[in-house]
Amino acid sequence: MSTTDVSTNDIVGAPVATTVEDVLSRFSGGNREDLIPILQAVQNSTGHLSRESVLAVARHLNLPPSKVYGVATFYNQFRFQPLGKYHIQVCRGTACHVKGSAAVLESLKRILKVEEGQTTKDKLFSLEVVACIGACGLAPVISINGEFHAGVAPDRVAGILNVYRRRAKNG
Amino acid sequence: MSTIEVNGRTVQADAGEMLLTVLRREGIYVPTLCHMEDMLPTGACRLCVVEVEGIPGLVPSCAFPVSEGQKIQTHSPRAVRARKTIIELLLANHPDDCLYCARNGECDLQDMSSELGVRQRRYSGAHWEPKLDLSSVSIVRDPAKCILCGRCVRVCEEVQSVAAIDFTGRGTDSRVAPAFGAGLNVSNCVDCGQCIRVCPTGALTEQSRFKNIFDAIHNPDKVVVVQHAPAVSVTIGEQFGLKTGTDAAGVLNATLRRLGFDYVFDTSFSADLTVLEEGSELLDRIKNGGTLPMFTSCCPAWVDFVELEYPDMIGHLSSCKSPQQMLGAVTKRWWSKKMGLEPEKIFMVSIMPCTAKKFEAQLPEMMHEGLVDVDAVITTRELARIIRLRGLDLANMTPVEADNPFGERSSSGKLFGASGGVMEAAVRTAHFMVTGKELKMPRLQAVRGLDGIKEAKIDVGGIEVGVAAVSGLANARKLVEDIKAGRKDIHFIEFMACPGGCINGGGQPIRADHDAVKARMQALYNIDKDAPVRYAHDNEYLKKLYDEFLGEPLSERSHELLHTTYGRRQAEY
Ligand code: SF4
Ligand code: SF4
Ligand code: FES
Repeated sequence: MSTTDVSTNDIVGAPVATTVEDVLSRFSGGNREDLIPILQAVQNSTGHLSRESVLAVARHLNLPPSKVYGVATFYNQFRFQPLGKYHIQVCRGTACHVKGSAAVLESLKRILKVEEGQTTKDKLFSLEVVACIGACGLAPVISINGEFHAGVAPDRVAGILNVYRRRAKNG
Repeated sequence: MSTIEVNGRTVQADAGEMLLTVLRREGIYVPTLCHMEDMLPTGACRLCVVEVEGIPGLVPSCAFPVSEGQKIQTHSPRAVRARKTIIELLLANHPDDCLYCARNGECDLQDMSSELGVRQRRYSGAHWEPKLDLSSVSIVRDPAKCILCGRCVRVCEEVQSVAAIDFTGRGTDSRVAPAFGAGLNVSNCVDCGQCIRVCPTGALTEQSRFKNIFDAIHNPDKVVVVQHAPAVSVTIGEQFGLKTGTDAAGVLNATLRRLGFDYVFDTSFSADLTVLEEGSELLDRIKNGGTLPMFTSCCPAWVDFVELEYPDMIGHLSSCKSPQQMLGAVTKRWWSKKMGLEPEKIFMVSIMPCTAKKFEAQLPEMMHEGLVDVDAVITTRELARIIRLRGLDLANMTPVEADNPFGERSSSGKLFGASGGVMEAAVRTAHFMVTGKELKMPRLQAVRGLDGIKEAKIDVGGIEVGVAAVSGLANARKLVEDIKAGRKDIHFIEFMACPGGCINGGGQPIRADHDAVKARMQALYNIDKDAPVRYAHDNEYLKKLYDEFLGEPLSERSHELLHTTYGRRQAEY
């Protein structure tokens, strides 16, 4: 996956080309209090928490994998599937909620056949729900690899996705 | 001492004691789900709530320290209503299939809803049908029946230091599962079954397959042989109304015959055999500078734990197979010859206090010339189910002896059922092997009882031997770490995964509290006290086995049939 395909804006948390090992070497103490910062750093670097990285973190902190996985799944900031070519963020902040973002999310889930935190089988789209994106004037808003789509109505979702599908096909 | 008032009655308590402890001592029942004996309270289930005068909300008695002058109502209408609502909420998405549940009649949730008079489904939760986890050869997880009390998680982490399972997700997505929601088979689970023992519902049970056993019994070409482990005869009675701590060996033998088993053997025979082999191995290691301390290897969950967590310590494990496997091996290789039977014709069933024995029996390293030592393993609980299925009443059988040659045993073999027992048995025989004389005091008090780590120094013919008996894998981890850190004064350590040993095994009757486990243990000690044969090396049929077949302990044939090898294992999520 080339890094240009993945959103590099601050909201996703710019994946940069580092490995789990690099991240762990930054937390050399093996301190268990670092668990969450480590998981965050791993996700920021690699885009998600793979099995291998969860196991590596567990080894690094000398914690059972079940504990690390348990903690990671407790917070919905962590995702366990790699980002899709296009990463969709649905704002569920108050303004968007009032303007019907729940229906937008439903329609995305239905069309893509994924839940939040998941990635489509063809690896094209990944879905994330975020708290206020800071674009309340555009509500309800979704962001796809950093491109904002304003005032999205549920029946426009399919059309928006098709734009990206075409883009993917045309390279 | 403080004086408090419970339901209008004056009660004495130590200040700071948890209220629930006081209530239990006074015989006042409040239901609990998350509470666990000897562990810190979590206050998770809220079933134990009571009213305390002056405190506006209900308080969980398990996590409420008493102090002078408190006035408590345990069964005020408000407390009872709250409990009932909790149970009703737990039932909201619980499958209504009690009739088909392995825990039917032995389920805390069932009992409590009945006690609290739940007669209808008042709440209906989101329906979900999670997959059964059938991946493990020993343990079945049914997440649909899990009420998230957390008891299994705590036992696995705090008592066993394995932590194969934990809470995942949160809110309505909370589950108890291995890492990545994987199957137990690929996790670091060691099959000890302690989680089953503490689960209040049918969410955790043993893998139960009887069909092949009945098929064998009904197959005229098969000779079906059953063995029962030392700890089974002192617990099976509990399932048929006998007092806890009753030795039911005689009626158990009789019942097994009635079930259609052709021969009934006692695993205590091969426990005696283990004593000779393991004792000789220890002396050999001491004499020839082998790896010390030597670790016992009769507990498969412990062996599994070493292979997974301490592969660098594998060299400390005795090479002896467990008594279950040894009995299978000598039955198929020696007894079969005496009986003029093809080993293939023998179907060996073992009744074990243990779920890990199911795992052990199917290990490839337990195969010999294409034949397994043991064909089927069932737990004490499963046996009780089979007995009931056949409409037999164990308690009212006429006691009979087990069949020879493997019905003969010393009481040393019987002691294998309790933590410290293997050590006690081995010390008796090692002493005899070295000095040619029996110990003056065969009873080794220092390794008896329910403590997690028990140690002693023993004089064996002028050599001081340091021994220890450890139960519970968290305790095992402690001692192994000490040894890795350089502790040198111990030569021989008995390890059992289940706290207290096999009498408290993962396959034993559910709901044994501290006192029950103690009573089971005492039953074994009583057998030993009055036994005509107390030393493994005095077992007459064992001598015969050596004379006619094995030669001597650690002989080539012993090695081939009774010893095994180990290897590093890894969780494979
Ligand atoms: S069988 Fe033992 S190791 Fe496995 S999950 Fe249960 S308690 Fe943990
Ligand atoms: S599996 Fe059983 S013991 Fe474990 S949390 Fe669920 S109900 Fe409690
Ligand atoms: S037993 Fe007290 S809160 Fe569960």
